[in-house]
Amino acid sequence: MLDFLAQRVAISVLTLLLITLIIFTGVRMIPGDPARVMAGTDADEAGLQEIRAKYGLNDPIPLQYVRWLGLALRGDLGESIRTREPVVKTVAVKLPITIQLACFSLLIAVGIAIPAGVFSAVRRNTVWDFLANAASLCGVSIPNFWLGIMLILFLAVRLHLLPASGFVPFFQDPLGNLQRMLMPAFVLGVALAAVLMRQTRNSMIEVMSANYIRTAYSKGLAEWVVVFRHGLRNGLIPIVTILGLQMGALMGGAVVTEQIFVVPGFGRLIVEAVFTRDYPLVQGVVLITASTYVLINLLVDVSYSLLNPRIRIKGSAGES
Amino acid sequence: MSRDGGNVTAEGKNALGQRAASAPPSPRRRTWRRALRRPPAFVGGVIVLLFAAMALGAPWIATGDPLRTNWSQIRKPPTLAHPFGTDDLGRDVYSRVVWGARTSMQAGVFSILLAIAAGVPAGLVAGYYRRTTDQLIMRLTDAWLSFPFLILAIGLVTILGPSLINATVAIGTAATPTYIRLTRGLVLSVAQEDYVQGARALGGGDVRMMLRHIFPNIFSALLVQATVSIPGAVIAEAILSFLGLGVQPPTPSWGTMLNTAQQFLETAPWMAWWPGLAIFTLALSFNLAGDGLRDFLDPKDY
Repeated sequence: MLDFLAQRVAISVLTLLLITLIIFTGVRMIPGDPARVMAGTDADEAGLQEIRAKYGLNDPIPLQYVRWLGLALRGDLGESIRTREPVVKTVAVKLPITIQLACFSLLIAVGIAIPAGVFSAVRRNTVWDFLANAASLCGVSIPNFWLGIMLILFLAVRLHLLPASGFVPFFQDPLGNLQRMLMPAFVLGVALAAVLMRQTRNSMIEVMSANYIRTAYSKGLAEWVVVFRHGLRNGLIPIVTILGLQMGALMGGAVVTEQIFVVPGFGRLIVEAVFTRDYPLVQGVVLITASTYVLINLLVDVSYSLLNPRIRIKGSAGES
Repeated sequence: MSRDGGNVTAEGKNALGQRAASAPPSPRRRTWRRALRRPPAFVGGVIVLLFAAMALGAPWIATGDPLRTNWSQIRKPPTLAHPFGTDDLGRDVYSRVVWGARTSMQAGVFSILLAIAAGVPAGLVAGYYRRTTDQLIMRLTDAWLSFPFLILAIGLVTILGPSLINATVAIGTAATPTYIRLTRGLVLSVAQEDYVQGARALGGGDVRMMLRHIFPNIFSALLVQATVSIPGAVIAEAILSFLGLGVQPPTPSWGTMLNTAQQFLETAPWMAWWPGLAIFTLALSFNLAGDGLRDFLDPKDY
């Protein structure tokens, strides 16, 4: 058990290191002189030299990487070119908004997907199963930004049911906050719900054909007891993994969703940073996103092994 | 377990009908029957082909020049002359949607081809040689996969600069690790098969083993993956263009059209309907076709 944990942690640390290496190389590949980008267009040669000396841009590249990594480990991701604010501080302001959006959409997605997936597996090959599958297929195919635009068109512009966009902090106006978050959270949740529903269905179909399920039925247990207590409990395991892996898609989806609904979160920050060519900010944001993803999946793996003894025993062989 | 007997889907009925047929049909006829047994997949495939035709034949299918502006026809609702209406510069939305198919198909197909070209050889090598090579490739793949697809694509476009080709390269690069991982997994299972072991015992070299014995046996799984990942790439291109990081105006692209349309939702909603509907239909058709293909190529299905 401890071996398994140690191995998972070691792999995650290695992955994080490689991530920093990829990001550092990526930023180095940006055409143009970084000193000039930082100094702006009106700097003279002396000003450029000063900046190069200040940020150590004349040093060998491996040394620059080690220095950058050292600072990053201490929570210093540099400062934004545009606002001169520390990157970490800027992100810390935006992140809670996106986390709220993500949690809300996760709630919507799980709330739709698990019941629909279980029902569709248990009533396999009925009209309900067919409808649930069709809905899931539409959910993965619909571009979320178009869905967002259409919702704004019908619910906000035509019917005036919900505000079209904007954001108010939850503690300032809870109702207003939820009203404004509902559409973006739904839009963000749809694709996730579609993927989860499919996984739930597949997983449940597999579990429900196991011998112990037949035994449970033949003991005369009620259907819902068999489905939920015997089936779903085992069926959920792969779903939790998929949920972890889907966090990346959720973060990516937040970029577009926040853009459409003008939610001032993390995703909007990335787009603004890209447009203003604020490289330290882009670099910091990408690093934080990727690291969060690795940590979430490490947590999923660990909790997974706590829940399911079979994986613990298999250890690294279970990886595919 | 109770089931509604009356609510069997069309697919189920056909499957029953198939089993009832007595004489064994010829392999080719059986293949056709199996293809026709899945109407949704069949329809999906046909629509994908229609979009491909639209992309290739855009100059003949479009009724007008997608770039020609007309100041007397600004944001006009759909009419006979402009079946999808006109946009904020008086351009014909129908013609722009048709030409947009070319952009989307180009980005979707070429980015996935790029991902396959880079990912499949890496996965073959990792799965075939195992040990250090495998560890090296897979750790790098893990790190690569840790960047959310869209965020990696956005980051890459930042480095490369916004354009259709760069967006395609960025999407392809972001999709590559999926193919490395999939190929490796498939190789690991196929390499254990007796026929591969047998070929090796007969003295087959590494390259011959990979190309002649392993690759043909994982090809169908890769094909299915390609079909289901193209819609994702099409949507990614639309998103990048929507954010202004992909195709640059005035080139017609469904993503940029939606970006403009968002500003005129109250006065010209038709500008938002058609490009979005086009992306949705194309993605849905690819997914239907991919699902059908998966079932079709699944040997358990016989």
